[in-house]
Amino acid sequence: MSIPVTAPSPYVYQINAIQQIYQRRTVLDLDELQIRQGEIFALVGPSGAGKSTLLRILAFLERPASGQVHVQVDGTNWMQDEIPIAQRRKIAMVFQRPALLSRPVRVNVAYGLRLRGNYDGKVRVEEALERVSLTHLADALPRTLSGGEMQRVAVARTLVLEPQILILDEPTANLDPTNVRIIEELVQDQNQRFGTSIVLVTHNIFQARRLADRVALIIDGKLVEVAATEDFFENPKDPRTAAFVSGDLIY
Amino acid sequence: MNTFVEALLEALRLILTLDPVVVEIALRSLQVTAIALVISAVLGVPTGAWLALTRFPGKRLFTAFIYTGMGMPPVVAGLAVYLLLSRTGPLGDLGWLFSLRAMVIAQVIIATPLVVGVSMSAVLAVDPSLGQQLRALGATVFQSRLAVLAEARVGVIVGLVAGFGSIISEVGAVMLVGGNIDGRTRVLTTAIVLETRKGNFDLAMALGIILLGLSFLANLVMALGQGRLSEPS
Amino acid sequence: MPTRNIRVWLIFILTLSLLACAAPATPPADQAAESDSDPQRLILATTTSTENSGLLAFILPVFEEQYNASVDVVAVGTGQALEIGEAGDADVLLVHDRSREDIFVEAGNAPARYDVMYNDFVIIGPAVDPAGIRGMEDAAAAFALIAEAGSPFVSRGDDSGTHSKELSIWAAAGIEPSGDWYQAAGQGMGAVITIADEQQGYTLSDRATFIARQAEGVSLEVLLEGDEALFNPYGVMPISAERHPDVNAELAMQFVEWLISVETQEMIASFEINGQKLFFPDSDAWNAAQ
Repeated sequence: MSIPVTAPSPYVYQINAIQQIYQRRTVLDLDELQIRQGEIFALVGPSGAGKSTLLRILAFLERPASGQVHVQVDGTNWMQDEIPIAQRRKIAMVFQRPALLSRPVRVNVAYGLRLRGNYDGKVRVEEALERVSLTHLADALPRTLSGGEMQRVAVARTLVLEPQILILDEPTANLDPTNVRIIEELVQDQNQRFGTSIVLVTHNIFQARRLADRVALIIDGKLVEVAATEDFFENPKDPRTAAFVSGDLIY
Repeated sequence: MNTFVEALLEALRLILTLDPVVVEIALRSLQVTAIALVISAVLGVPTGAWLALTRFPGKRLFTAFIYTGMGMPPVVAGLAVYLLLSRTGPLGDLGWLFSLRAMVIAQVIIATPLVVGVSMSAVLAVDPSLGQQLRALGATVFQSRLAVLAEARVGVIVGLVAGFGSIISEVGAVMLVGGNIDGRTRVLTTAIVLETRKGNFDLAMALGIILLGLSFLANLVMALGQGRLSEPS
Repeated sequence: MPTRNIRVWLIFILTLSLLACAAPATPPADQAAESDSDPQRLILATTTSTENSGLLAFILPVFEEQYNASVDVVAVGTGQALEIGEAGDADVLLVHDRSREDIFVEAGNAPARYDVMYNDFVIIGPAVDPAGIRGMEDAAAAFALIAEAGSPFVSRGDDSGTHSKELSIWAAAGIEPSGDWYQAAGQGMGAVITIADEQQGYTLSDRATFIARQAEGVSLEVLLEGDEALFNPYGVMPISAERHPDVNAELAMQFVEWLISVETQEMIASFEINGQKLFFPDSDAWNAAQ
């Protein structure tokens, strides 16, 4: 069961019976979930449903109390406990509220490259800055930036790493429509041009519909429904999904 | 004769002509304080960062001790070091009483809680989510903590300069444990006390001006460093 | 570049640490404690009067050269010097409080006490002399007049030799001094003279410190001198090696012998400030040679 599978699989993540418990409260309890190679997978659900917890587990920032997560990186399957740092570094995450170093934008974008021993990734840093349209602010300090600009820096510092898996936790919450559009386009571009697998948590069901190939609904730490985007919104199987996509409060 | 202005003029002359006695005492003050500060930094900065970044049982108690230490009267530290290092004390066999080492120990005890406390606040002031976000970019736990500490650098340096100011201008503890021995443990503050008692107000004033100058220099370095560290060049 | 900033700071901190490591070697006197071939260290706990007057700076270099030693002078009140000696934190004491010195030896803290020199105490006060003691010969009677007049009197109040001498004079006068006019400063002789000068009050001082301070511009004058009760003998005591095995007993004894030798006694006799002798040699060897 827990032996790494060596043959390439269509799944980038395979999750088996994971549970996460904070202070005796079960916040996440998933029987089974697969995320496919190269898809944009959106997680939706009310706040406190356990979406962010799942993302942190997928990004290996915390380990589940029980169960197994297999991840496929560099064409090999790894268990959560056995993934080497080099493979873990193929996964990058963007948070809802970016925390940047109080150093110039350029240094923030280069940070991950430096961790990987790449000290002359200058060209890649410039490319990443250009992709997020921040070339003119390369030498600015984060505290002089707007919220949207800061989030674009946070996106640039992950894109520059050319990740195989990109995890996004509410990346456009509290942003103005222009910045929302810029970031959505970046996510789509990254997925289409580089085949990057993307897991996205969002409050915004329209965003899920615009971006995702498949959507999952989580309520109270449990998976309610997983479906292709079209089916999820047009033919929900679970009444709770129907209520959620129609905007009705479900609590 | 001992008017303020005359003493001031003579003091300036002693400084400008690099009077050997004045220079020697000033260098010794700097030496003791520099050693004590480096030791305090090595002990205090990681401890402060550790207190800010980790949780463990008894942390509140430990933190309360640190804050108490920050407010401890220096002369109490001096008395404790005196009793420890006295030949009748537990560390008497070292024979360190009335030496520079005793003064360094006293100053380390005075400065370390200050450095710990300020480093802790500086690290706590860094966005608590930063460490996790850096790990999400591939940093190890150690690398992310290092980066958080680097974010706190301005605060840490302010703490070190504050520590420098507090120990170079301290007189009670170094007088007790150093003994104010001419040519060996006499530093700026103890020399000022002695020369004032002897009525050598000009020499005392010269030493006082140097002390003031050193404190000013430290604060200037801090102010400039703060600017350079937080602004892009 | 900000990365360079960090490097600059790193270099700065590294330099500071290197400086700090290298520093202890800079002052030559400091090496004494660290290595054996360099001068041996002798800790001399003494009273402020011997150091503040400049006497020790005058005679000690000779000893240091002759015996390849480094004498560390801890100048405090006689009471504290005796405490330091009792704890074994000094190798030898040079103090001036005859009765407590004898108790110190009897208690086994030092094998013996040796006469070194004497000077005398003087009662000093403002030239206008509000209590009218100028020219008197009886110190106790003069103290009684000061108390009666309620003129400011600054006491050392620090358990020093001078302080205990002052208390013995009050006792002889049958007075327990108290009141606004009697101020216990808790400081050394030099500081007390300064306080008395600022307040235009009286105090008891050893002659040596007063002469030295007078040369620096103190306006007080000697109003009473010559009473036998004001005789101020200094004694030297090596700390008992039996009680404190860590003391440098050999060097301490060499110091004692050197201090009471005729050559050193002659140096003491020749020490002057503004043409005035401060200390008068009084060792057995010196007296035998006269």
